[in-house]
Amino acid sequence: MQAELAAYSSQSVRPRRLAVAEGLAGLLALFLLIAAVVPQFLAPGDPLAIDPLAAFSPPTFAHGFGTDESGRDIYTRVVHGTQYSLVIGLAATAIGLGLGVVLGTLAGMLGPVVDFTVNRFLEVLFAFPGLLLALLFILVFGPGVATATIAVGLSTAPGYARIIRAQLIAVRGAAFVEAATVLGRTRWQILARHILPNTLAPLFVLATLGVGQAIVWAATLSYLGLGAEPPTAEWGAMLSAGRTYITSAWWMSFFPGVFIVLTAVTATVLGRSIDRRMRHA
Amino acid sequence: MLGRLGVRLAGAVFVLWAVASVTFFAVRLIPGDPAQAVLGGPGSQASPEALAAVTAEYGFDQPVFTQYLTQLGRLATGDLGRSYALNMEVGPLVLAQLGGTLLLAVLALGLAWVIALALATWSTRGGRVAARVGSSLEIVAAALPHFWLATSLIVVFSIWLGVLPPISTAGVAGLVLPVFTLAIPLAGFLGQIMRESLLIALESPFVLSARARGEGARGVRWIHALRHASLPAISLSGWAFGSLISGAVVVETIFARPGLGRTLLNAVTLRDVPVVIGVVMIVAVAYILMTLLTDAVSRLVDPRLRLS
Amino acid sequence: MSATAALTVHNLRVGFGAAEPVVRGVSFEIAPGECLAIVGESGSGKSVTARSLLGLAGGNARVQADRLDLGGRSVQGLTDRAWESRRGKDVGLVLQDALVSLDPLRPIGREIADSLRLHTTLGAAARARRVIELLDAVGLPDPAHQVQKRSGQLSGGERQRALIAAAIALDPPLLIADEPTTALDVTVQAQILALLEQIKRSGTALLLISHDLAVVSRIADRVALMHDGLLIESGPTEQVLGSPQHEQTRSMVAAVPADKPRGTRLSPMDSPAARTIPRSPAPAPTATEQGEIVLEAIGLTRSFRRPDGSRQLAVDDVSFALHRGSTLGIVGESGSGKTTTARLVLALLEPEQGEVQLFGRPWSSIAEKKRRGRRPGVGAIYQDALGSFDPRRSVAEILADALGSALTHSRGSRRSPQSLARLTTLLDEVGLAGTVLSRRPLELSGGQRQRVGIARALAGRPEILICDEPVSSLDVSVQAQVLDLLDDVQRERGLSLIFISHDLGVVQHISDDVAVMRSGRIVESGPAARVFAAPQHPYSVQLLKAVPRLLG
Repeated sequence: MQAELAAYSSQSVRPRRLAVAEGLAGLLALFLLIAAVVPQFLAPGDPLAIDPLAAFSPPTFAHGFGTDESGRDIYTRVVHGTQYSLVIGLAATAIGLGLGVVLGTLAGMLGPVVDFTVNRFLEVLFAFPGLLLALLFILVFGPGVATATIAVGLSTAPGYARIIRAQLIAVRGAAFVEAATVLGRTRWQILARHILPNTLAPLFVLATLGVGQAIVWAATLSYLGLGAEPPTAEWGAMLSAGRTYITSAWWMSFFPGVFIVLTAVTATVLGRSIDRRMRHA
Repeated sequence: MLGRLGVRLAGAVFVLWAVASVTFFAVRLIPGDPAQAVLGGPGSQASPEALAAVTAEYGFDQPVFTQYLTQLGRLATGDLGRSYALNMEVGPLVLAQLGGTLLLAVLALGLAWVIALALATWSTRGGRVAARVGSSLEIVAAALPHFWLATSLIVVFSIWLGVLPPISTAGVAGLVLPVFTLAIPLAGFLGQIMRESLLIALESPFVLSARARGEGARGVRWIHALRHASLPAISLSGWAFGSLISGAVVVETIFARPGLGRTLLNAVTLRDVPVVIGVVMIVAVAYILMTLLTDAVSRLVDPRLRLS
Repeated sequence: MSATAALTVHNLRVGFGAAEPVVRGVSFEIAPGECLAIVGESGSGKSVTARSLLGLAGGNARVQADRLDLGGRSVQGLTDRAWESRRGKDVGLVLQDALVSLDPLRPIGREIADSLRLHTTLGAAARARRVIELLDAVGLPDPAHQVQKRSGQLSGGERQRALIAAAIALDPPLLIADEPTTALDVTVQAQILALLEQIKRSGTALLLISHDLAVVSRIADRVALMHDGLLIESGPTEQVLGSPQHEQTRSMVAAVPADKPRGTRLSPMDSPAARTIPRSPAPAPTATEQGEIVLEAIGLTRSFRRPDGSRQLAVDDVSFALHRGSTLGIVGESGSGKTTTARLVLALLEPEQGEVQLFGRPWSSIAEKKRRGRRPGVGAIYQDALGSFDPRRSVAEILADALGSALTHSRGSRRSPQSLARLTTLLDEVGLAGTVLSRRPLELSGGQRQRVGIARALAGRPEILICDEPVSSLDVSVQAQVLDLLDDVQRERGLSLIFISHDLGVVQHISDDVAVMRSGRIVESGPAARVFAAPQHPYSVQLLKAVPRLLG
C-alpha cells in the first residue's frame, strides 16, 4: 500500500520539514533494532515464563504493560516479539520486492511481447486484492509462520512490479540514456551504469515503506490464526490470544497493537525522509 | 468508444478466465486425496467405498485437463459447485454473503473519502501546525491494523462507554464500528494522496489566474483545486476497494458479521476448496467492475482522458 | 499625470519570511493607454513585483510601499475580500503558457465567464453571449464552437487568446501580462503582441513583464530594467535601447543576438564566467571559402504513428550539407521537424528513406556496432542539459565518463593527476572552475549546466557538434555567454556545427548557412547573409517579419 503511495508522492512539490518526526522515528527505529537483536537488554525476563499467581494483572509498577492469562509479562513479550515481526516483515518485503524486481525488469526490458504478457499476468494478480492472494496461498500450503511470510511477500509483489516497470520505462526514455548512446556506449554499458542504478535506487525507499505494511499484514494473518501461533510472542498472535479476554483485560490487546502501529509509522516516516533526502541531495 | 469498451470487456473476461485457472491449478497443488478433503479431511475415517463414490461424483479420476475444462464449463454457466463442509451449493451461499460485504465496503469507501477530503482541505488551509497535524494523523491512520483498531474501538465504545454494540447486530448501530474500522486506515492513505495533489493544484498557474480574476480562496478550492486533487484518489479507489475486501475478512470475523470475508476465512481454515474458489471469483468480478467504474469516473472528472 | 494614472507605485518593497527582500524599493506609474515593460532576468524580482500589484505575492510575503494605487485608489491594507472584489475588475493578469494557466479540466468558456459571474449580475445566458463577444474580440475564430473546448484542445496561440479574453472580460483599466508570449512560436508571438497593442490602444494601461528586450520593444512605450530587486534604468523605449546609460542595461542590449554579425561578442569580456584561456585572435571564417563537406543528409524521411494509427511525416525529404569549420543553422517553429532531424543526424533514429553520410562514408545506414567507434567524432548538446546528465553522477564522473576510453574504467584512475589535469583543461576550456567537479548537475545554475554539457560534448574530441536548442531555456545574458563560448571553441578546434533553434535571432547570429524548416520540409536554404537579407520563400519572409528586433 505504501508502495502505491510512494509512486504518487514522487510528484511532491516541496520538501516539507519533518525534522522532529524524523528524529523521533530514528529513536524508535533504534529501540526496535535493539529489541530485535538483544531483547534481554531491554527486557531481561523470559517471554514464555508463566506465573499463574500474577495472571491478568493490569499495568502496574511490576508489570508495566500488565500480564496475560498465564501471568506472562506483556512488556517482556512485546519486546521479545519484535524480532519475529521485524524478521517476518523484512523477509516478506524481500520476497515481494525480489519478485517485483524480476517481473518489472522483465516487462520493462524485454520488448513489447514480454511486457504485454507480464502486464496481463499482473492484472490477474491484482484481481486477487490484498489478503486474498495470501489466503489462497495458505489454503494450498497450510498455515504457519513461513507460509504466512511468503504469502504476504507474494501479495505485495504485483504492486512492486508495476512501480519498477514504470520506473524502468521512465529511466529508459530519459535524455541521459540517449546522451550515453551518443557518447558511443553499448546497450549493456548503459543498462549497467545508468538504467539499473537509477531504477533500483528508489527501491530502498519502497522497501522501507513496505516493511511497515508487511508487518501489519503478517500480524493480521497471525491474528486470524494462519501465521504464528500462541504462545509465541509474536504481536499478531498475542493480540489473537488477548481477543478472548477483551472485556476484562484490554492491555493484552492494546500494547502489542501499539507496537505494530509504532513500527509501521516509523517505517513510513523514515522511508519518506530517505526519499526526500535522495531526491533533494 | 464502442471499440474501447469491447477491449475492456475482453480484458475482463480474460482476467476472469485467468483467475479461475490460477485458482484451479493452485488447488491441485494441495497435497493429499481431494476425495478425502470432501469427506472431512485426513482426520475422518472415510470408508474406501465412500471415497470411491466421491471420486466418481466429483470426477477426481478424470485427467486433470478434463477436470479443468469441466470446471471452466461449470463456471461459465455460473455453477460454482458444492461446498465440501456445508453441503450446499456455493453459488447461492456466496451470493447471499455478497450483499453484506458490499454494503460494508461501499459505506467504508464513502466514509474514507469524506474523512480524507475533510482532512486534506483542512490541513492545506494554511498554517504550519494544521499541515503537520494533518500529515501526522494520516500517517498514523494508514498504519493502523484493522484488527487492532476494531479491538480498540470495541473496548472504548462498547465496553467502556457502552454506546455501540460489540458485535454487528442488524440495523445501523451495528454497522458503525465495522465501517469506521475499515474507513480510518483507508482515509489515511487517500488523505496523503489528496493533500499531496491538492498542494500541487493550489500552486498551479491556473489557480493564480483564477485568483487574479477575483476568485476567493473557497472558490479556488471548490471550483479548481479539489477536482484536480481528487483525480489520483479516484484512480486509486479500485485498489482501495480491493483492500477493503481483504479488510472485511478481519472486520467480519471480529464483529461476527456475516459476509464474504468471514465465509472465505472459514473456508480457508476448513480447506473448503469450492467455497474459496467461489469467493475468489465473486471478488474478482466485483474488483473488475470496480476498476471499470473508477475508470469511468476518472474520465468523467478529467475530460483529457476522453480525448487521448 | 499621476491624477489620472492607472497605476502608481512608490517605493515598493517585497520580502519573503526572514530572507533579504527580493524587491527593494521600486517606483513607477502607468497612464491609461500606455505600455510600460519591466524587463529583467530570472530572479530579478519582476514577477514578484507584478504579483504584488494584485495582492498575490504569496502568504508569507511582506509587501510594503509608500504608495500603491490602482486606478487612483489605494490597495494598501486591503482585506482578502476587498482584494477579491477588485481583482479582475480593476486589474487583469495574463500569465505565460495558457496550457496550465487556464484550468485544463474546465471549458475555456467557463473560465472566461468566471470574471463575469464574480463581478456582475449578468445571468447565465448573458454571460455566455458576452464570452462569445470576448473571444471574437481577441480574434479566436469560430468562438461559439470554441467555448466548449479545454485548454489542451487548443493551439498555443488560441489558448493565449482565451487567457487574454478572460483577463479583459470586465475591461479592467490595467492589464498585467507576465511573459505573455514566452513559450510561443515567433509568428504566433507577433500576433499576440499585436493583440496586446490593440488592447492598449483602446485605452487600457498595459504592464508587460518579460525577460526579452526585443519582444517588449515592439509595443512598449517605456521600458524599465530590473536587476536584483531594483529598477536600474527606465525611460522611453527608444532612449533606453538606443543609448543605454547603466552598465547592466548596456550588457543586456549587447546580449541580444539578432542583427549582430557572426563573430560579434555578445557578453562582456570581464563577466565572472569568462574563460581564463585568452580568446583566439583568428578572424571569423568567411562564408566564401567553404571547406569540404563533413556531414551530408540526403533525402531524409521519417514518420511517426499518430495515436489513431495513421502515420504523420515528421521529416520529409530533407537534404543538407555541413562544411568543415562552418555552422549550419536549422530554424523552424514547433512541429517543423527540426528535433527529429537532429535525432536522425545523431543516428538515434533510423530514417525510413534517405541517409546521413559522415566524412563521405555511410553513417545512418550502418549497424550501431560499427557506428559506435565513430560516435566520439560527433558531439551533441541538448536543450535540457540537466535531463541529459545521469542525476546520480557528479560533474567529475560525467566528464570522466565522457573522456572515456582514454581513461581506464577503474574508479580510482579518475583521481590520477594525469586525468585530473585533462578534466581541468576541459573545464577551463568551457569557463568553469574546478570547484564544480564535486557537484551534481542539480546544484549548478542553468548556464553552468550547459557549459558542462559542452565540455562533455568536447571530451571525445569531436569534429562535429549537433546543438539542439542549446540556449533556449537560458537567460539572455547567459545565452550570450554560451553563444560566445560555442563560437570560441568552434574557432579553436575548427569544429563544424549544426545549430538547431526556433530563435531566428540566435540562428542569424551564429550561422554561416541556414535551412528554414516547416512541416518537416526545408522550404529555403542558403548562406545566412543571403537568406536573412533577401528571403525567397513566403514562409521565410513571414518568419523574418515576425522576429523581434530591438527598435524593430
